[in-house]
Amino acid sequence: MSGQHYLPLTDPVRQEMLASVGAASIEDLFLDIPSSIQLTRELDLPPYLSEPEALAHLRHLAAKNVNLEDYTCFLGAGAYDHYIPSAVRHLTHRSEFYTAYTPYQAEISQGILQAIFEYQTLICQLTGMDVANASLYDGASALAEGAVMACGATGKKNVLVSRGINPQYRQVLKSYLEVRGLELSEVPLAAGGQTDLDEALSRIEQDPETAALLLQTPNFLGIIEKPGHLADTLQQHGTLLVVSVDPLSLPLLKTPGEYGADIATGEGQALGNPLSMGGPYLGFLAARENLLRRLPGRIVGETRDASGRRGYVLTLQAREQHIRRERATSNICSNQALNALTAAVYMALMGPEGMKTVAEQCLQKAAYAREQICALPGYELIFPGVHFKEFAVSVPGNPEQLNEFLLQHGIIGPLDLEQTYPDLPRSALFCVTEKRSKTEIDTLARLLEGWK
Amino acid sequence: MNAAFPLLFEKGRPGRKGFSLPPCDVPLKPLEELLPRECLRKSHLDLPQLSEPDVVRHYTALSRRNYGVDSGFYPLGSCTMKYNPKINEDVAALAGFASIHPLQGDPTYQGALELLYKMEQCLKEITGMERYSFQTVAGAHGELTGLLMILAYHRSRGEERNRVLIPDSAHGTNPATVAMTGCEVLQLPSNDRGLVDTETLKAHLDEKTAALMLTNPNTLGLFEKDILEISRLVHEAGGLLYYDGANLNAIMGHCRPGDMGFDVVHLNLHKTFSTPHGSGGPGSGPLGVTTQLEPYLPYPVVAKDEDRYSLDYQRPRSIGKVHSFFGNFGVVVKAYTYIRIMGARGLKQASDDAVLNANYLLNRLKDLYHLPYKGPCKHEFVLSARLQKKRGAGAGDIAKALLDYGIHPPTVYFPLIVEEALMVEPTETESKETLDHFIAALKEIAAAIEADPGKITGAPFSTPARRLDEVLAARKPVVRWKKEQ
Repeated sequence: MSGQHYLPLTDPVRQEMLASVGAASIEDLFLDIPSSIQLTRELDLPPYLSEPEALAHLRHLAAKNVNLEDYTCFLGAGAYDHYIPSAVRHLTHRSEFYTAYTPYQAEISQGILQAIFEYQTLICQLTGMDVANASLYDGASALAEGAVMACGATGKKNVLVSRGINPQYRQVLKSYLEVRGLELSEVPLAAGGQTDLDEALSRIEQDPETAALLLQTPNFLGIIEKPGHLADTLQQHGTLLVVSVDPLSLPLLKTPGEYGADIATGEGQALGNPLSMGGPYLGFLAARENLLRRLPGRIVGETRDASGRRGYVLTLQAREQHIRRERATSNICSNQALNALTAAVYMALMGPEGMKTVAEQCLQKAAYAREQICALPGYELIFPGVHFKEFAVSVPGNPEQLNEFLLQHGIIGPLDLEQTYPDLPRSALFCVTEKRSKTEIDTLARLLEGWK
Repeated sequence: MNAAFPLLFEKGRPGRKGFSLPPCDVPLKPLEELLPRECLRKSHLDLPQLSEPDVVRHYTALSRRNYGVDSGFYPLGSCTMKYNPKINEDVAALAGFASIHPLQGDPTYQGALELLYKMEQCLKEITGMERYSFQTVAGAHGELTGLLMILAYHRSRGEERNRVLIPDSAHGTNPATVAMTGCEVLQLPSNDRGLVDTETLKAHLDEKTAALMLTNPNTLGLFEKDILEISRLVHEAGGLLYYDGANLNAIMGHCRPGDMGFDVVHLNLHKTFSTPHGSGGPGSGPLGVTTQLEPYLPYPVVAKDEDRYSLDYQRPRSIGKVHSFFGNFGVVVKAYTYIRIMGARGLKQASDDAVLNANYLLNRLKDLYHLPYKGPCKHEFVLSARLQKKRGAGAGDIAKALLDYGIHPPTVYFPLIVEEALMVEPTETESKETLDHFIAALKEIAAAIEADPGKITGAPFSTPARRLDEVLAARKPVVRWKKEQ
């Protein structure tokens, strides 16, 4: 029989149990299903596999994929190839963590509750914000939830979105916002590649119904936004500043807390989570203290147990769907808790120096790669702004063909930008993380030079 | 007082490191040349400084203060806490799955697309739906996306329908999702058998009805035996039928939502298909639809042309995107592995055993605790501790008392239509000995409440923490550690 090693009941025991419930056969327990929809045939699924056969089948499928252990990756665009310390997987795969449900029973869930409390603290320390939630699905939904929060907090309906925000995130924003009657409008980029903040401000001045301005920094095209005193001005207009940030840029870059953002969101994949073809990832969301009761999803809080010892529970649950139902701040139930644990373990291992080392190496190596590539004939840096680990380059040909060429040489090449920014033809977005070596960058430059 | 379990931030010493990275091998530029002062972080990044053994001990100690399916029985109703096969974890960690970039291009991950395609074929057959998207990463995410599709469908027919019917026994995510779409929730009272009453339903259906959201079997563990009539009524009124797949584990190989008349279905791979809950996530909530609704699925979908697979973005009527990439791929890999190991007969056996285990428990417990809706049940059932509550210890107390037996308690105080509810879902991966131990524990607890409820209201006694003060936590929220504490 298939899958029997997961099923402890044996036939004699089944018979005994059936007798105890007064059923002659298992079918007796399914008589409430109308006969016209009872399946009279077996499901038509592929034949079952034993464990070694399943492993072989899955290994065969996995082997058909180009993977980053064998190839060198210069692709980012929202998913990043950073080094994951060995201890991360060992700890997150303690089965007491990964086989548990949401910690509703706090007395036997202090482990994950404390770990998430620590995660919330680490996210606050990294972003310079006051409070953080326990996780959301990914960077896109975190930004969308942040925008919805801003509309709720201000009682306004219009949201300004920078064109520098990840195009996928903008699509998700549209899905989350439009259906509730919230309006999105785009703010263009200035020549330097950064958001045209003057244009944003004049729009806000014209439209007092603007709930929030949404920025990503570094933005999708790799340029660091300079919000300066923007937040103060926005505050005068009753508009919130909501940002999406790269967590591994924050050891170096001015934090959302420092430039006065009201809500800071982001994709936490880079913090120890494997690329895994786009998921499971980690949406983080942090905010100013006054927005605490508007946060979506789970929040862990400190309390005391009956003996007076410090302990942790899921708190402020009156915001959540299982209590508040249609008046909840969000419908989120399952989140990405294990990915949040992963991020916490990663940050605990890296510490302030490790985090800073990663950020500095990304900065330096990307700068070196930028210089090497843009010195080549036919390759030109598109935006002169300040960069972190990604940069857009115009290339002397079709980026798709360039990537085919690079792939033949063991390299996963840059993102073809034209597909999402039609006004940037023959353009590619390169990403260089701390994992890339000088040799790999030099090889890339040599290949680019020789292309065509 | 807190010395035994300090926080990360209360450990560590300056200069201690838990990482090992090579030195930067490119020529270094002065930082100010790369980043103008106005872009620089001003505040010190005040993370704890720990060595690798410090971090390993910290999280190992925390894991020992946690309880998973691997620790013991977890009959948490509506959550399907079945055993999570170990092979699933190994497979998802293969470099060919874990180390692939979502944007590296169709030709470079044919194996991943083939897996998604094959998984879609399996789910189509198991549920009788026409097409699936894997972009939705949780049940609630599926609900939101499903409703967006339903609304888009109605609008395409020139109809503005903004009312969604939900039985009063439904999961909290259902009404919360409806609110997120700007629609109105209309709650349907269940009848005295705990089911949707077709007469009540009729009275609530009109030209404003966008959909009825239903779990079948419902949260009481009862099969909506009038489902075909319900489906006919909703469709005749111009509405659509949404299936919350939280309870699919009861019916695999017996019947299919598609054959019941559902138009949109979300599954919970983290329930029915054995992927771990990860202390709250990640899950995966694939969304299945009929031919009629297929054009509205989020883009891209996986397409197959002869033996080549691709991501199809040419979906003009799609509702758009709901995830940065393609959903929780790593979770889908695990669930696919499970389906391949179980096969058709294994999945049916899983449902058979889940239902048998639930009925066995129901029969042995119904004389100890009040059973408001009589069986037979499907994969779960709901008891009421109202008699015990009168003696002085309610469902919440019973839950805490179970912790002292090394058992994770059932879901309590849900569904809302049962007073002092204890919602029990044993799953198929439990032996009769485990069920008997659970029965014995509940019997002792019931007897203790008869004798001296005070013994139970003080529980638990043997857990890593005693009963925690939730009121205190909510009244004075402390949601992060701060240095000045």
